[in-house]
Amino acid sequence: MEKLPKWADIALIPLINLGLALIVSGIVLGFIGQNPFEALGIMVTGAVGSTYGWGYTLYYATNFIFTGLAVAIAFHAQLFNIGGEGQAQLGSLGVALVCLALPWPHWTLALPFAIVGGALFGAAWAVIPAYLQARRGSHIVITTIMFNFIASALLVYLLVGALKAPGMAPETAGFPEGTQLPTARDIFAAIGVDFARTPLNVSFVVALLAAYALWMLLWRTRLGYEIRAFGHSQSAAIYAGISPFRITMTAMLISGALAGLMAVNAVMGEQERLLQDNVQGAGFVGIAVALMGRSHPVGVLLAAILFGALYQGGAELEFETSVPREMVVVIQALVILFTGALDGMVRSPLEKTFLRFGRQRPDPDMAAK
Amino acid sequence: MSYLDLIQILDSTIRLATPLLFACLAGLFSERAGVFDIGLEGKILISAFFSAAIAALTGSVWLGLLAGIAASVVFSAIHGLASITFRGDQLISGVAINFLAAGMTVLIAQDWFAQGGRTPALSGEARFASIDLPFAEALSGIPLLGPLYAEAISGHTILVYAGLLTVPLTWYVLFRTRFGLRLRAVGENPGAVDTAGVSVVRLRYAAVLICGVLCGFAGSYLATGLAASFTQNMSAGRGYIALAALIFAKWRPWYALGACLLFGLLQAVSNRYSSLDLGIVEIPNAFVLALPYILTVVILAGFVGRAVPPRAGGTPYVKER
Repeated sequence: MEKLPKWADIALIPLINLGLALIVSGIVLGFIGQNPFEALGIMVTGAVGSTYGWGYTLYYATNFIFTGLAVAIAFHAQLFNIGGEGQAQLGSLGVALVCLALPWPHWTLALPFAIVGGALFGAAWAVIPAYLQARRGSHIVITTIMFNFIASALLVYLLVGALKAPGMAPETAGFPEGTQLPTARDIFAAIGVDFARTPLNVSFVVALLAAYALWMLLWRTRLGYEIRAFGHSQSAAIYAGISPFRITMTAMLISGALAGLMAVNAVMGEQERLLQDNVQGAGFVGIAVALMGRSHPVGVLLAAILFGALYQGGAELEFETSVPREMVVVIQALVILFTGALDGMVRSPLEKTFLRFGRQRPDPDMAAK
Repeated sequence: MSYLDLIQILDSTIRLATPLLFACLAGLFSERAGVFDIGLEGKILISAFFSAAIAALTGSVWLGLLAGIAASVVFSAIHGLASITFRGDQLISGVAINFLAAGMTVLIAQDWFAQGGRTPALSGEARFASIDLPFAEALSGIPLLGPLYAEAISGHTILVYAGLLTVPLTWYVLFRTRFGLRLRAVGENPGAVDTAGVSVVRLRYAAVLICGVLCGFAGSYLATGLAASFTQNMSAGRGYIALAALIFAKWRPWYALGACLLFGLLQAVSNRYSSLDLGIVEIPNAFVLALPYILTVVILAGFVGRAVPPRAGGTPYVKER
């Protein structure tokens, strides 16, 4: 018997967890002398009160959709890929190499190749941790953490050396004009709507397609079934003839590729050159997004937009009040804590409540049988 | 490279290894008891902030140290609550703690000091002074060993020596006391410990709290010994290097000292030279900085000296009903 109805598992518990995280955030704000309701008001208006706010919210959300999906697919195979940050950094290298390789005539040509470049490099960075997990049993959390640091060292090395553009800053030359992705402003202007100047670009559509493709993969293909079966019970999956090596490798490669795709939005769509810290923690936000979204593409999408709004709202909060931007990091930490680590705190009392509730009013169908 | 250069590098190796050592031994206690802790980084950071902040406000580095330890222990308690009491995912809890520290430190620093997320510079009584070991002056005339003793080994703050003493202490507690035996057993086979009538929960909480205290020392040394104020994200991945050192040391105290000194040496070398010219090849600085992580992956891969973690690590203990 299921202890919890489905709606409680996928909606009620995340909402309670989110509520707890927000209440604690409010208390923190109160302690530093800020009215939490006023702050919430500023954040909401800042994030979704104008096309400018929406533009930034959805721009951040695009990054988080990619990294969130990356963590989510690994979660489905019971793997905790904490290396989204490093995989996204390598993805940015792939995207930058593609963009700088040719004087691209038009973005429609550059985009598919950049997608391939980002995905390939991101996936490549997941190969060694995945292999070590699958063949040698090395804990994937530790190896992916180590690979995050190695990735950032590699980028530093390349940006002060081989890839550095003339000048002081450790960055590559700007990408050619033909790689500039159309922004929301350009697209909306074509249909006569005025949209504020923001970095939101067509990568958002790519992110939505990636979410749809991942849903198709997980719930409509044999491979997706195998990944989920492996995640639910390794021994049952092995008994059914599913190769643990193949599933671990595939899930991690897809995960790395998705994280690498983030660079299409951040590097190609916004920065238009390769910078040292181009991921800015989005790889880690993906963990919060995947937890919050219960590793389902739709959940990830909603959670990514929520976190996008949080980041944009946090920037506005810093602008309007004395509360620094790091407030967002605190909220994010609390969301991870309550939805991820302290899940049992909410779940078990809720399960007991539902069980008691179920006993008092037995299912009429069951009584009829 | 002259002999003096070498001594200076050793001196800075010991300084840089100290926070790693405290954090590594902290992780050792926690992981030996079966509680994975990737939140070392966050605990170092929160302790660094509160040490520096309280030392700046009161002018006493000792009060700062206490505040740092207290803050770190509070974070440990959160980790314990999530991973022992509510049987949540220990890794996710660690991630949350790292973010919580990264955000909270800047938030509180901005509220208290309004200096862009840092504390005022510490001086005088608000910092740990360096201690000259006995006879350092008198022995410095002896060739080779004299300067080594006077410059590299003597003249650190008390926390450096405390850190070095924590190694035999940890070894003794873990391998020569009843508490240590039980603590190690709880990380290998908690069911057996429970059957013997010893509380798994209490042991794990004890280990996690010891971990908090030691991380408190690490952070406090970072902000009031190594540096002279708190700056944003000043732990700069040290918690993760300590974690790497712990794996490199295969969860053993004396090996941990060796691993931390090695990783400290790598940091010292990369701080001093922009690239390392070995005659045949020139090693870039970035590679030296990445070496601790690369070495850890190699060790984890098990091709050279396989590292096997405590068997019950990462899994919450569910008592049979």
